[in-house]
Amino acid sequence: MRAVLVRRRIVDAIAFLFAIAATLFGLFWLFWILWTTLANGFGALNLALFTEMTPPPGSSGGLLNAFYGSIVMIGLAVFIGAPLGVAAGTYLAEHGRYSRLASIVSFLNDVLLSAPSIVIGLFVYELVVRTSGHFSGYAGALALAMILLPIIVRTSDEALRLVPDQMREAAFALGIPRWRVTAQILYKAAMTAILTGVLLGVARIAGETAPLLFTALNNQFWSSSLSAPLANVPVVIFQYAMSPYDEWHALAWAGALVLTLFVLGLNLVVRLLARRASK
Amino acid sequence: MTAYVPIVKSRSAAADRAFNLVTAGAAWLVLILLGATAASMAWGGRLAFEKFGLGFITSMNWDAVGGDFGALVPIYGTIVTSIIALVIAVPVSLGIALFLTDIAPRWIRGPIGIAVELLAAIPSIIYGMWGLFVFAPFMALHIDPWLSDTLGTLPVIGAVFTGPPIGIGMLTAGIVLGIMVIPFIAAVARDVFNAVPPPLKESAVALGSTRWEVLSRVTLPYARSAIIGAVFLGLGRALGETMAVTFVLGNAHDLSISLLMPSNSIAAAIANEFTEADSELYRSALIALAFLLFVVTFIVLSAAKLLLMRINRAHGRTH
Repeated sequence: MRAVLVRRRIVDAIAFLFAIAATLFGLFWLFWILWTTLANGFGALNLALFTEMTPPPGSSGGLLNAFYGSIVMIGLAVFIGAPLGVAAGTYLAEHGRYSRLASIVSFLNDVLLSAPSIVIGLFVYELVVRTSGHFSGYAGALALAMILLPIIVRTSDEALRLVPDQMREAAFALGIPRWRVTAQILYKAAMTAILTGVLLGVARIAGETAPLLFTALNNQFWSSSLSAPLANVPVVIFQYAMSPYDEWHALAWAGALVLTLFVLGLNLVVRLLARRASK
Repeated sequence: MTAYVPIVKSRSAAADRAFNLVTAGAAWLVLILLGATAASMAWGGRLAFEKFGLGFITSMNWDAVGGDFGALVPIYGTIVTSIIALVIAVPVSLGIALFLTDIAPRWIRGPIGIAVELLAAIPSIIYGMWGLFVFAPFMALHIDPWLSDTLGTLPVIGAVFTGPPIGIGMLTAGIVLGIMVIPFIAAVARDVFNAVPPPLKESAVALGSTRWEVLSRVTLPYARSAIIGAVFLGLGRALGETMAVTFVLGNAHDLSISLLMPSNSIAAAIANEFTEADSELYRSALIALAFLLFVVTFIVLSAAKLLLMRINRAHGRTH
């Protein structure tokens, strides 16, 4: 009897230690990757990064055109993807809540959410680049918007579902038309959560590389035209990191540092805000 | 569960209809985009499918000059790296989920949960760079030679672990992938563990169960299908992950039994070669690869969603 008890305790202790070890294992990589990025990135960080263009092989320069291109494409992607996503989320949570269409869309939206982003890049390539005959910033923004869309659909759907039903009932009882209940009451109540979703979506698409490889491509020079190939941070990082030049490696690390700080910072801010809002 | 149908017909019925139409249209758009992606990949890959037929999947030739393409090597590399990733990620993720739900003191759960979520938020290209500049050299210097000297000398499985210590290859790619999917599986598994009704666990504890017995005999059996769903979700991610793998897999079109050898994956082949593909057939072969990847991930992710829906329904959530 006693031996059984001891064995059970030992098994339990092993499981206990394993869970702690697993957590430390997971955190270990986070810190290793962060440390690598910080150490290499800060070494390469200087003012020229934000004032000069991407250099030719073997010389130094900055990432100004890449930052510009990324910001423009992310902005355009949000402009396209966020309204559509919120509208679809509204259908799932409100106007089509119990409809067959809503349950199908809700299901497939989650599939789209995790679908390989490189396939989305190829889709936009086939749709835009091939038909227009050239790579362009528009194509890149469309690819990013397509990755953003399912994120916004999911988060705005959840945001609206969190609004208590009493609020809808009270509004309907006052005879307010359905669309005004949604547009003027529910959106207002769910605004923080919807914006949180948009910000998390921005953090997600900021680092997306695969879908930009065949759409926006890259551009070594300053170009503000969205109908031409557009420089962007992720693709520049990819090309420079894969290159044999030390100057390009340094720039890739600097870009990686800025990108990582942006993405993690946005995530942290959003989570802290969300936590404060829910208190 | 009441449907909210306004009882009084409002004067702005037209506006209501319009609003309904716009939101339903946006919902349709999600379906259309998904369908259009699949159709466009099938259409773009038709040249390769027509020319090679089923042989496309079973052939390991990849000859851009001669125009002979087979998908076996990228398919093999994708599957092998994903399996390595899951072998690492599944036990670790379940351990993290267990730690976050049952073991950690309450005050530490929030910060560690956020740290795990941050691991998921790091862009995959950062994993790739870290893999190329830091982890691959580490593997080449410490792990690869050690594997060759120990496991590599064993009779049957030795071939799996022998190879040049270059650090670039399926094992490195699989490990990086595993690290990447840990937070995805861990986050879902944590929610699944939390969805197990507390009375079940409490009853087990009241009968004198240890924590391990609660987990292995109550939580895991109760949540089995959802846990498998979480694993499938991780698998879906691993199969389609591009940048992290592209950096450390080596882009080699050779089929090799050794995990230390460079290989290729579907996503990495597309990322590396698509802009350089100089013939219609070459491009078509790469898009055909993308079609296969899309179909497989669609099936895997749908299965994941179906498995996860069951526990959510039991838990009283509608999605």
